[in-house]
Amino acid sequence: MSTMDSTDTPAVDDTTMPVLEVGNLRVGFRRRRAENTFWALDDVSLTVLQGRTMGLIGESGSGKSTLANAVLGLVPVQSGTVQLDGKDITILTGAPRRSLGRTLQAVFQDPNSSLNPSWTIGRSLAEPMRAQGVRSKTEIRTRTAQMLEDVGLSPDAADRLPGQFSGGQRQRISIARALMTSPRLVICDESVSALDLSVQAQILNLLSDLQDEHGVSYLFISHDMSVVRHVCHDVTVLYRGQVMEVGPTRLVTAHPAHPYTHELLLSAPVADPTIQRARQQQRQIVHEAKLAQAATSAEADVGHDSCPFVSRCPVARDICSRQRPALRPLPDGRSVACHRYPEWRSELPDTTLPGPSPTEAHSPDVTPPDPGTEPHPGAVGLRVDPAR
Amino acid sequence: MTENSVLSEPIATLVVSETSDTPHVTTARPHWARSLLRQPRGFTAVTYLALLVLAGLLASSIAPFPPDQQSLAEVLQGPSSSHLLGTDTLGRDVLSRLLYGIMPSLQNSLIALVVFLVLGIPVGIIAGYRGGRFDAIVGRVTELMLAVPPIILVLVVLGVFSSSPPAAMVTLAVLAAPGLVRVVRGATLAVREELFVTAAKVAGVRPARIMATHVLRRVLGPILAQATVFAGVTLAVQAALAFLGLLSSDAPTWGGMIGEASTVITETSWLLIPPGVILAVTVLALGLLGDTIRDLTSGEAANSARPGRRSRRAAAARAGTQAESREALAQDTRSSRAPADEGSLGAGSDALLEVRHLAVTTAGSQPITLVDDATFVIHPGEVVGVVGESGCGKSVTALAVLGLLPEGLSASAGQVIFHGTDLVAGGSAAYRPVRGSGMGYVAQDALGSLDPSHTIGSQLMEVIAVHEDTSKAQRRARAIELLEQVKIPDPERVLRMYPHEISGGMAQRVNIAIALAGRPQLLVADEPTTALDVTVQGEILRLLRDLQQSTQMAVLLITHDWGVIAGIADRAVVMYAGEVVERADVQTLFTHPRFPYTAALLAAEPSLAAESSRLPTLPGRVPPPGSWPTGCRFASRCAFARDQCTQGPIPLLAVSGQSDTRCIRIEELVSEGAMPR
Repeated sequence: MSTMDSTDTPAVDDTTMPVLEVGNLRVGFRRRRAENTFWALDDVSLTVLQGRTMGLIGESGSGKSTLANAVLGLVPVQSGTVQLDGKDITILTGAPRRSLGRTLQAVFQDPNSSLNPSWTIGRSLAEPMRAQGVRSKTEIRTRTAQMLEDVGLSPDAADRLPGQFSGGQRQRISIARALMTSPRLVICDESVSALDLSVQAQILNLLSDLQDEHGVSYLFISHDMSVVRHVCHDVTVLYRGQVMEVGPTRLVTAHPAHPYTHELLLSAPVADPTIQRARQQQRQIVHEAKLAQAATSAEADVGHDSCPFVSRCPVARDICSRQRPALRPLPDGRSVACHRYPEWRSELPDTTLPGPSPTEAHSPDVTPPDPGTEPHPGAVGLRVDPAR
Repeated sequence: MTENSVLSEPIATLVVSETSDTPHVTTARPHWARSLLRQPRGFTAVTYLALLVLAGLLASSIAPFPPDQQSLAEVLQGPSSSHLLGTDTLGRDVLSRLLYGIMPSLQNSLIALVVFLVLGIPVGIIAGYRGGRFDAIVGRVTELMLAVPPIILVLVVLGVFSSSPPAAMVTLAVLAAPGLVRVVRGATLAVREELFVTAAKVAGVRPARIMATHVLRRVLGPILAQATVFAGVTLAVQAALAFLGLLSSDAPTWGGMIGEASTVITETSWLLIPPGVILAVTVLALGLLGDTIRDLTSGEAANSARPGRRSRRAAAARAGTQAESREALAQDTRSSRAPADEGSLGAGSDALLEVRHLAVTTAGSQPITLVDDATFVIHPGEVVGVVGESGCGKSVTALAVLGLLPEGLSASAGQVIFHGTDLVAGGSAAYRPVRGSGMGYVAQDALGSLDPSHTIGSQLMEVIAVHEDTSKAQRRARAIELLEQVKIPDPERVLRMYPHEISGGMAQRVNIAIALAGRPQLLVADEPTTALDVTVQGEILRLLRDLQQSTQMAVLLITHDWGVIAGIADRAVVMYAGEVVERADVQTLFTHPRFPYTAALLAAEPSLAAESSRLPTLPGRVPPPGSWPTGCRFASRCAFARDQCTQGPIPLLAVSGQSDTRCIRIEELVSEGAMPR
């Protein structure tokens, strides 16, 4: 705890230590012995820094959850390494793997299934500590009460059953459980996807508050670009088990270097009719480019030697189906696996949001009540009106 | 006592032995055991079995005669005051022999039960949890053992072990255990996938402990159900073996008594009745107990996901008065609401669908209102979005419009006027011509909406046949045309495919094609893109937009996603706690929300919020149906609530000619600058 408290401000700091380092990880599945292996993760590398949040975004089947499971030791790894705090944990099993529960925890998507319905909240929260050998009942009780308060619940919640809580409250409890052992890294696998909008906002704020307080790092897995954009310092874009692009979230979302990121950004719905209308036109342009692409290029054979995105890419060229692009670093601090960057940028419409920049967000013409100081228990936040 | 209690109270004993080291379980357990006793079936079975055990324990003090006291003067007598159940061939008292027969029978059953559980539970749980090679071996062995005829093996064992009842029981239990292994393994497979088990693994809990706590607790229901049924079987088998004279026993046994009775059946049939009835009733009671436990435990899993029962009952109690006050409100405010109605209903004649003051309530003596006073209108060729959080009544409203409310819900007030016909008043007869050709429906679960055992083509052509009386070739052509309309490439091939062969996005296109088969004027789409990837969502929304423009079909879109509303809707209706709180055209709604809930929900949307800033949040939660407050239902969560907001029902009022809102303070709020001007 004491070492973590020293990192109160997880602000941008290039000297921060990596907590999790995944190197060239490959995870494959085979239904039958005779079948070809399907690579759910193919040569994936990723680093999560101390006190920072790394987003992992992609569509279903991109291998996001497989990566989480591989780090948590829930699926076997074919090759590559997983390092936690510099220690290789790739093939740990048995007692050494179980002792990782102290530093590595997870929060899952479905709050209904995350807690044993027949266990009291107190028993569920105690489980990670007991598993790590904590026997003192007073210690567990104190920590339970503290964590419940940290996630905004009353300590007497410990005596109740999960059925007595709403989905959002259960997700808070799951987060409290994950933080019981003061872990260094929490893997959030679609942790807010099943929640309503207002509850989602509460949980996202809670996660960032807990990060400020405890210096914990997150690997934040999501399919929702707007959520990732909001909570992640850095983001890794996965497609079919391969990293397409990685870098600081602000750069990646403002100026995507990979056509797939571009498509994700363009598809992500924005709560603004004007922007959405513009987006529709942009998508139409991309769509037409794709159709033209499909007409000119012969049936591309998507094998291991091609870019995985080639069949959907509006700006693909011959080389893209002949050679798999390597992840190469760019001068601005990110990396991209695309043969055609930066040329393609001029061929597709820009996705820059006409939304607010961080400085405009706190413009004086709006009145977002600060939840921390708002005296009224029913405080309602007001919309930040985007400057157009 | 300990031995007997397992039979009479298996639940309590097993639960205690499983979790005795954990203090918290006491809060979880009473709920379970108490509901067993609260059920008439469970209560009857438990009471009977408890009395039976008690009678067996006290046999020596309550039996009128020793079991073996012969009285050759009184053989084969019917029931009398001295021998309540008569006497047998040697003049022994039948009642006494029955009472003395209880304990040996139950002890033998107990032996069988212990062996059955000790073998079945661990093997089943480990096979299910570990999987892999152990599971494969267990699978083969259980198959083999289930193929062995148990009675023959029992007879062999009895031959070897000189008619020893425990030997017979152990053999029976060993042969029956594979059945339990299968049940436990199946239940474990389901529990293994639960996220709380994954969380325990991640936390570093030992596998043995996960199995002994999480898994055992969740599979206890099926185990207990199997155990009680098996206990009944052991009693019946004992009786059968004793009847055949294959069991040596010093004490009287029920089966032995039946066997003796059968030898004198030509003289008197009475002797068969007492042991036969007690045996049948006991087996029945055990079966009943098993059924009740199974029902309770399968219900427990479902219940746990929802709010506690107690709160719902309290909610139901409140709902009575609630409904009355809403009724009064509907009458009171009809006149005062008139401006709002005119404001956005427009000239009622050109509306395609008009929903007026629609209320949906549950059936029963204390109905709970789920939706009340839903009022909105859809013009031809218009996309209207209904937006709100879960529990606000969006989907129920959509189903009520379609006349597809599930069993137990009904539209209790208001009108759904489609093409000038009130469908609520007309009932199912009015809906028949409308469904399919008037209104189409697309649900959220794209793949679940298709029948997995039929091809896309046959499902599509079946729907076409309902609308058009044409030849098979014409139906096929129309099916291809529909698939082309929803932009599915290579429709000929897709026609021959089964739902599991297509992706979620493709399945949703097929569902839209099915909905379009009757050329509907209104498409009701309930969260049509929620389960899809964003890139696919974008394509489906564009498809809906294109279809709406090319066919002039109106769309009623239910969603929780502001982005979807912004992308496709012309107008939006915001629902909160079962009522419409705001209606406006989309541009106005996003730039000038006129209800605090709308504003707060928009602010919580991360797509427009500044990067890495705190999101404004909305405290509290949507009040569940049945516990809606009087006055503004949002007041308890609203920063701007004043006393006037909670004093009485608030009508939907038109403001500045563009929005209708249920906020009575809206003009003040706008002039104060609390809401955008």
